Amino acid sequence: MRLIRLIAAAVILAVALAAAPASAADTIKVGAILAVTGPASFLGAPEAKTLEMMVEEINKKGGFQGKKVELIVKDSGASPEKALSFAKQLIEEEKVLAIIGPSTSGETMKIKNVAEEGRTILLSCAAAEVIVNPVAKYVFKTPQKDNYAVIKIFEQMKRMKISKVAVLSSNTGFGKAGKEQIEKLAPEYGMQLAANEVYDKAATDLTAEVTKVKASGAQAILNWSIEPAQSIVIKNARQIGFKGPIFQSHGFGNIKYVEAAGPAAEGVIFPAGRLLVTDALPKNNPQKALLMKYKKDYEGKFKEDASTFGGHAYDAMLILTRAIEKAGSTDKEAVRNAIENLKGVVGTAGVFNLSAQDHNGLDMTSFEMLTVKKGKFALLGK
Amino acid sequence: MNIDLFFQYIVAGITYGTIYAVVAIGFNIIYNATGIINFAQGEFVMLGGMTAVTLHQILPLPLAVLAAVIITMAVGAFIEIFFIRWLDRPSVLRMVIITIGLSILIREAGLHIWGEGVRALPYFTGSSETSIRLGGVFISPQVLWVVGISAVMVALLNVFFSHTLPGRQMRACSANRDAARLCGINAKNMVTLSFVLSAGIGALGGSIVSPITYVQYDSGAQLAIKGFTVAILGGLGNSAAAVGAGMILGVLESFSIAVLPAAYKDVISIAILLLILFVRPSGIFGSSEAARLSEF
Repeated sequence: MRLIRLIAAAVILAVALAAAPASAADTIKVGAILAVTGPASFLGAPEAKTLEMMVEEINKKGGFQGKKVELIVKDSGASPEKALSFAKQLIEEEKVLAIIGPSTSGETMKIKNVAEEGRTILLSCAAAEVIVNPVAKYVFKTPQKDNYAVIKIFEQMKRMKISKVAVLSSNTGFGKAGKEQIEKLAPEYGMQLAANEVYDKAATDLTAEVTKVKASGAQAILNWSIEPAQSIVIKNARQIGFKGPIFQSHGFGNIKYVEAAGPAAEGVIFPAGRLLVTDALPKNNPQKALLMKYKKDYEGKFKEDASTFGGHAYDAMLILTRAIEKAGSTDKEAVRNAIENLKGVVGTAGVFNLSAQDHNGLDMTSFEMLTVKKGKFALLGK
Repeated sequence: MNIDLFFQYIVAGITYGTIYAVVAIGFNIIYNATGIINFAQGEFVMLGGMTAVTLHQILPLPLAVLAAVIITMAVGAFIEIFFIRWLDRPSVLRMVIITIGLSILIREAGLHIWGEGVRALPYFTGSSETSIRLGGVFISPQVLWVVGISAVMVALLNVFFSHTLPGRQMRACSANRDAARLCGINAKNMVTLSFVLSAGIGALGGSIVSPITYVQYDSGAQLAIKGFTVAILGGLGNSAAAVGAGMILGVLESFSIAVLPAAYKDVISIAILLLILFVRPSGIFGSSEAARLSEF
């Protein structure tokens, strides 16, 4: 009797195991490693929500060639170590077609090689130029490169006759990559770096740092971070009576940072994608219709303002779906080749023209210079 | 360095120092009653700040802060009664592990209740760019609020511990639990009281510093590290010493930024902490005899 039971159990188990991969084969697995919680949650949380929203819509329409998309979101909490183990898990165990994310540059650089060796498409939502330069065969990214942001800011400073600038950055991958670009490009644009300080990503008050900046005689502050610290910098600088303009990176593109900094945020200048000023765009702008739709869908569903960061995940999913459609299959190699040949894809960050040499596909025109007026984002008047 | 700049760094140091001290005081109260360190103290600070921000949507500011303090006190009591009270003479190590576990539990609960966004109460007076100008030195009014409220808090605590019956009973329990019980003091209630008190102080601290530092579900851990450092530096169990040590650490950090790259700030403060602990293991203001008698 016992033996029969044992055999019956074994048979059931075998059937169950055999059935599992059969059902999985009917779906297209897409992994996502996002900093949904932790210090970079401003990026990861809207990214995860955006992906869930898009996958729901794709599956409602019947998916691709009858296959539904199965989204597997892993919360890395912005930890490169966690991102690494999730990447291995998604590639080796889940055998995903592509990984969207990570949210931050530090995490992306940590898993760049893993994706390359695992021959799995990686569509990073992080900013650093080093992600796609040098080009890795399977690694792409959707946000504008950070060196474009630096160039945009320096050009604006030149127009404002600023030549002596104090640089503050956080000790994260994003801050470090931005600082390197600033140091590299400053001589070219005749910018003198009066101060160049790094602060902790979890900093709670930066009065001493901005005091040093003020004492350096800099005309303007340029801050490079993605954490709440970028709001703290503005507050503290204004509190100690720094009157010059304050520039931020494209990491400032979330209205919550403006709300956190209150009236001190007025007049902050930063480069960003057009999502933040959708309503102010002229009617003939190619991105306007798409941006309106994304904003309406996102804000209707989640009752919070859409941010450029969610937009980066939107673009990643958009590029992936276009490539699957173009390739007409879900074979990894075919989809990868299709991504490399996508041209004129209108996304939230700009118009993507990808190629074998350019795994980002955006140019300088994808950035607008924005400012804060009465607690809202506005286009900076020329 | 000119004189204005010198005082501006002092102001920055005082700002850091009071934030650290507010957290450190909470550590000291539970230590006074039980001889243990409550590693969930930072989470009380987070809980207070978050609750106050949430309640501020429906209540005026002072009431929101008061309600947040009361709610966090209730949480403190709940935690003590459910997780700690029934333990019979727990070892220090066991208490450390329990409180660390509780801190993770509260943090994750915070994530589920409030999500991952940062929040803050509005500035009590003025706004995020208001500052009071004294000559060439600028001070945010919120810093004065934090310094003022902390000073009142420390004064009241000193009165409580040295001049009221429950305060003296708590100290008695800390000094010798068995002797205190023989004198008819209910030691278990004293421990509960210490958790309630430190939760309340943490919550008040979290509310008043939130306009400066912001509050997020995981901000407790970072505050707790610095608070703990300051509590040790000043000498465990002494709230006034914690304030002094907080100021010393804050000002040192501030001046280290003035002369060295800002990235070395924490290296400097931790190096100084280690140095002081080598020379005076009981803290700057602690008595070495008392330290020898305690088990932690």
